[in-house]
Amino acid sequence: MTQLWNFSGGVHPAENKHQSTARPVRVAGIPDLLVLPLQQHIGEPAEAVVNRGDRVLKGQKIADVTMGMGVPIHAPTSGIIENIADLPVPHPSGMNDRCITLKPDGEDQWLPLSPISDYRGMERDEVLRIIREAGVCGLGGAGFPTDIKLRPPRDRKVSTLILNGAECEPYITADDMTMREQADEVVAGLKIMAWILRPERCVIGVEDNKPEAVDAMRKATEGTQIELAVIPTKYPSGGEKQLIEILTGMEVPSGGIPADIGVMCQNIGTAVAVARAVFEGKPLISRIVTITGEAVREPGNFEALIGTPVEYLLEQAGLEAERVSRLVMGGPMMGYTLHTTAVPVIKTSNCVIAATAVELPAPPPEQPCIRCGECAEVCPMGLLPQQLFWHSKASEFEKAEHLNLFDCIECGACSYVCPSSIPLVQYYRYAKGEIRIQKAEQLKADRARERFEARQARLEREQQEKEQRRKERAKAAAEAQAKKQAEAQNASAEGEATDERAAKAALVQQALARKKAKADTAKTDADVPAGETPDIPDLEKQLAHAQSKLATMQGMLDDAKAQQADNVDKLERAVAKNHDRVKRAENALADARKQLANQTESQSTD
Amino acid sequence: MAFVQQSSPHAHNARPTSRVMLWVIIAALPGLLAQTLFFGWGNLINVIWCIAVALASEAAILALRNKPVAFFLKDNTAAVTGLLLGLSLPQFLPLWVSAIAVISAIVVAKQLYGGLGSNPFNPAMVGYALVLISFPVAMTTNWAEPAMLWKGAPGFGETLGTIISAKQTAVDGWTMATPLDEYKHKIATHTAEEVLRHPTFGTGVARGWEWVNAAFLAGGLLLVVLRIITWHIPVAFLAGLTIMSLAFGNNADQYAPVTLHLLAGGTMLGAFFIATDPVSAATSHQGKLIYGAGIGILIYLIRTWGNYPDAVAFSVLLMNFAVPFIDHYTPPRTYGHHKPRRGLASRDQG
Repeated sequence: MTQLWNFSGGVHPAENKHQSTARPVRVAGIPDLLVLPLQQHIGEPAEAVVNRGDRVLKGQKIADVTMGMGVPIHAPTSGIIENIADLPVPHPSGMNDRCITLKPDGEDQWLPLSPISDYRGMERDEVLRIIREAGVCGLGGAGFPTDIKLRPPRDRKVSTLILNGAECEPYITADDMTMREQADEVVAGLKIMAWILRPERCVIGVEDNKPEAVDAMRKATEGTQIELAVIPTKYPSGGEKQLIEILTGMEVPSGGIPADIGVMCQNIGTAVAVARAVFEGKPLISRIVTITGEAVREPGNFEALIGTPVEYLLEQAGLEAERVSRLVMGGPMMGYTLHTTAVPVIKTSNCVIAATAVELPAPPPEQPCIRCGECAEVCPMGLLPQQLFWHSKASEFEKAEHLNLFDCIECGACSYVCPSSIPLVQYYRYAKGEIRIQKAEQLKADRARERFEARQARLEREQQEKEQRRKERAKAAAEAQAKKQAEAQNASAEGEATDERAAKAALVQQALARKKAKADTAKTDADVPAGETPDIPDLEKQLAHAQSKLATMQGMLDDAKAQQADNVDKLERAVAKNHDRVKRAENALADARKQLANQTESQSTD
Repeated sequence: MAFVQQSSPHAHNARPTSRVMLWVIIAALPGLLAQTLFFGWGNLINVIWCIAVALASEAAILALRNKPVAFFLKDNTAAVTGLLLGLSLPQFLPLWVSAIAVISAIVVAKQLYGGLGSNPFNPAMVGYALVLISFPVAMTTNWAEPAMLWKGAPGFGETLGTIISAKQTAVDGWTMATPLDEYKHKIATHTAEEVLRHPTFGTGVARGWEWVNAAFLAGGLLLVVLRIITWHIPVAFLAGLTIMSLAFGNNADQYAPVTLHLLAGGTMLGAFFIATDPVSAATSHQGKLIYGAGIGILIYLIRTWGNYPDAVAFSVLLMNFAVPFIDHYTPPRTYGHHKPRRGLASRDQG
């Protein structure tokens, strides 16, 4: 028996799960058109590697991520690439995004597959590459690329691998049905992940409201070392942090990842995708989606191709279009509303609820908070939701952050119980967004300031250097002047000291003579570069010679190496020698040029 | 098709404020029944009158503030304030004194601070404290003689007449001080045995009062069971009071015994119905324990060494002052953090 811990808070919303578990998983089939968004998870969007009009086979890679974090996307069936355009995608904002549309040809023709039966004989990196190439990402939440997650930081050994089968959100039964019908694949996938990570402990956590799934998993794990932990039904025990607390008693440090405490969580569906990628060589092109709600006559789970429009699935479940009031993607606690049924199923879509107005009624108008504290009672993160609400509402973001706003997992338990009907989570999202914007702006401002300061410093330095040069010149000039005066004084002292005019004239004569002499020297300098100044052309000739010799030697060395001749060592030494020679020649030339430049400059300044 | 666009969660299981308040009213009924049985019609008339004045003054002030009157009246919070005052004011208190208490509670203590949820002080206790200070004689001498129901108590009409009329002297024969007041004043010159011979104490703790307190305790436990309130404030409140009276009051000839503290006066009403007002109380569990214990301790201090025989109102108000302070230093530890983050956010803290 696995020891279980409890987490604080939590709520017990009406489960509404039996509606969609009455029938086995149905295969949804191939719709008329598949829409494959290029961004299906956090990280970088994929880039299309096919063009409009291309014919693709089932399982063929149609988009890939070359830079940054992401996984490729594959054609869910064979057909023609109809378009690459902006279309509505499943997103809380209801936005459009880049999608590849695929017109199925109905033949459903697979690409040749390369399944692997004995992955244990392979390199772990190779198996991880297979998982990546199959486009496997987390099927439970944000869709984090599985191969990246399976490579925890080197210093963080994963000692406990958890498979999350809690599925605590009401209505959703996709994982439940997967465990019931594909228990062996779940276990096979878990074993592959365990082989990669080599944990000490593997646990599958399932809420006790899924007895059939528990039975199926118990059978599948018999004789293995995998623990099956049946945990009490309470929302949000399927939250990664909560499940870790239930199964290990440990808490993921704030701002950290589970690997920091030696734990990793993977989703049930992800395990199946991993097993299929390895054993069947099949990429992730379909998933199980729960279609439920009172506005469908035959709620249930569908094995749907990625890219299947929600509309198509709703029709198969017997949609009564006039009864739908709210269309929720995901569960009622954390899901978001859809604007249109045209959006496709993506890798992270686990549920669509077509709810009637009676089923999910509009909330009553918001009343003032009476600080009843019910929200704090149910908060699984030990936050003070009402304080966060006050601060968020008053735009006191600093205070909200101080009260650990960013630890909020947006599970919605607080809003669920609020007697004043305050949409608390919405306030937190707003505050988080504002803080992120402020931080980004702060960062931008900081960078701009740094740039400005750097520029200021450079300008100042240049100014100082200029000033320094000016001073030096002034000093030299002053010295010359002093010298001149001294000479003049000497001269006057020597000559007829009384005849100032004669002395002055002599000085003037002297100055003129000096000037003339200088001009003459300058002229000679310019005309005859030889002598003191180095011979540039000669140096250049020397350099060219050395370079050509080096090239020859290098060529000989390469040949020798290719033939594995005996004289390789010798030749290497010769090449090194010639290298030095070239360098010396280069240096000499550079020095010469510098000298020349200095001379020219000093002439021009005079 | 146009679908409803809504932020998650999409499901709600809220017990709206109005229903929470309705449960408070229902839970107070046993206490009201006991009061009526043991002290006559006075409290019932008080309650009806106070609720009526509370609703009227709430409606008036909401209209003045341009707030939706019906929307706020339906939350039942004004009715609860009226109810609590009606339960705690003396049975024969003149109508106009009760009205002043109610109006100052609703208009000043609640609405002028911003209305529901914004008042730092418990409105009912502000009203109570105001009239207690302003009309000390009326507030201490208009308590009904206990158990007079059994021996020819004044009827409904007579009681109503007394409350309405200004001639308070007519009821001298039925009114008296509360047991706590009695004990406090007599114990200086009498022994405990002599004091307890007074009819107000009866054979039990304090004739009538112990039953009223027991009834409020029962109603309060109902609130705890229904999770309308948590156990923290009442338990800390009663524990604080009990520990103080055990520590100082072991000599009954000097100080009132612990049973009297717990079962006479407004102890249970205060512990379960008044101190637990969420708006003006501390929020975290730890904070609630400090808040409740503070009230219990203050009640003992004021009752024993202060000028007033009962002290629920003052103690609650004093601890209301301390709530922001308590709240700042008692946040719970958040998941994944080593320590709770205490105090205010400041720029230098990460």
